[in-house]
Amino acid sequence: MTSALDTRTETLPEGPPRRRAGDDLRSRDHVARVVLHVVLGAGLVVMIGPFIWMALASFKTEGEIRADPPTFFPQNGTLDNYHTLFTRLDFPTYFTNSVVVAVVTTVGNLLFCSAAGYALAKLAFPGKRVLFLIVLGTIMVPSVVTMVPLFVLSSNLGLVNSLAGLILPFLAQAFGVFLMRQFILSIPDDLLEAARIDGASELRIYWQIVLPLCRPALATLGILTFLASWNNFLWPLVAATTEDKYTLPVALALYAIGQNQTRYDLLLAGSVIIVLPVLVVFLLLQRHFVRGIATTGLK
Amino acid sequence: MATRPGLMSRALTGWGFALPFAVLFLVFTAGPVVASLVMSLTDLGSADLLDPLGVDIVGLDNYARLFADPKFVTAAVNTTIFVVVGVPLTMALSLLVALGLNSGLIKFRALFRVGYYLPVVTSIVAISVVWRFILQPDSGLLNTMLGLVGIDGPNWLQTQSTALPTLIVMGAWRNLGFGMVIFLAGLQAIPKELYEAATIDGARKWAQLRFITVPMLRPTVLFVAVITTIGYVQFFEEPFVMTRGGPLDSTLSLAYHTYNQFGFGNYGYASAMGYVLFVVVVLLSIAWFRLLRNNVD
Repeated sequence: MTSALDTRTETLPEGPPRRRAGDDLRSRDHVARVVLHVVLGAGLVVMIGPFIWMALASFKTEGEIRADPPTFFPQNGTLDNYHTLFTRLDFPTYFTNSVVVAVVTTVGNLLFCSAAGYALAKLAFPGKRVLFLIVLGTIMVPSVVTMVPLFVLSSNLGLVNSLAGLILPFLAQAFGVFLMRQFILSIPDDLLEAARIDGASELRIYWQIVLPLCRPALATLGILTFLASWNNFLWPLVAATTEDKYTLPVALALYAIGQNQTRYDLLLAGSVIIVLPVLVVFLLLQRHFVRGIATTGLK
Repeated sequence: MATRPGLMSRALTGWGFALPFAVLFLVFTAGPVVASLVMSLTDLGSADLLDPLGVDIVGLDNYARLFADPKFVTAAVNTTIFVVVGVPLTMALSLLVALGLNSGLIKFRALFRVGYYLPVVTSIVAISVVWRFILQPDSGLLNTMLGLVGIDGPNWLQTQSTALPTLIVMGAWRNLGFGMVIFLAGLQAIPKELYEAATIDGARKWAQLRFITVPMLRPTVLFVAVITTIGYVQFFEEPFVMTRGGPLDSTLSLAYHTYNQFGFGNYGYASAMGYVLFVVVVLLSIAWFRLLRNNVD
């Protein structure tokens, strides 16, 4: 992609008096280009270097991980760390918990937030303004504010230490409904009215007209919710009290902190497993993702 | 006959769509926000879960106690430093990267964008594992590299004077991708004609940056500032996984102190502290709005 600045230099008038100015600009651009690549490239190494290093180190033996000076590429690559992780620690359970929590939370948000977003954007009903104001009012609430009552509530409902207790508090989120409402507002009323005149029920309009048109917003919300849920830390840390209900981040964090001698070999392999699904989702969908964040940000 | 449904039926349809969300939202989000305020006025503790009648209303006692709690003061100071240094640092870095990527001089922009964004989507636990390893005092990558140029690196996370600054830099590293993406979108939304006109008028790039880019970007800056500030005020995960708040409480944050008090079973006290955080978040957001809105036009 070329930006305005770039095109402009390219299309400078070619008349003789301006020629020199153009050459001058072009050579200055060349220097700027090299400097920028070096600086941003160095930054890129700082940003993704740790991840590359983590991935490589997860194939090293514990002795090699602790070697001084550190090695970069594994000397004797091994899968032992992953093997130990899945056999000695209950990693398959943590992984399954994480997947179940993230998937159910994501599907729930897509459904509930889009339905409520449709009602708030296009339907008239008493209490609509109040509901929307309550949603807006809680959008900035820090998670530690709700943590205590949520825990008390969960223990009264018998939700502490259950997967349902990890999912329910996040099924209906202010951000999601706000995003969906804003997006659905941009769907022309005429389109919905035409369907109504043709006798379509509201449910059918929602399912067959609104939802398909909302695909970009649903993609954004889905990805954001999945990532937030997959990486969520505070609530699972509080609400999952026995190992069989741990999600991956909680298991790994408590394991890392709880041991007298930190087993970096297992921790590094575990970290790779946490990051891998996110990386796949992110790389596959990053176009949607970046565009979605940018548009939600600016609306 | 009547193609328009009646008032009653319209209300039912509307609530039919909104109800599942509304119920879940009221029970698990809005309800707890109110409950937390009520709890902050009581001496509710973990023991009261079995005996709700033992709860007493103590008014504003919890709030008064906060300021006599030395740990609260320490946590407030640490959080303030984290926000006051971390927010501008993170925003400046993300803006610089965005300007660089938007200059039109960069090849493989997508690669850069993905790379800089990667830490934002990564679990803090994985990040902590890598960084604690890199920051190890003796054989860690950072101190080994510093050793090559003759610098004897400290034990970054276990030294009182370096622990918090280390977490600030780590926070900037982790979050700058978010601001970068938003700034990039903001930069691309600036009409190209403005730059073209400025060029014809003979404005240099520096002048264009100063008089076109910066003013046009103000709403974007506001958005990034508010979101970053809200996140940084709640600073919890980094100290929890990196330093456990130490050494000697030098990285204890307000959210972490709240979490600890909750863990000790002091529910009323923890709720009061949570509410203080909430008020701070709201006040800082208003401050950003004032600061950046006033200057428009």
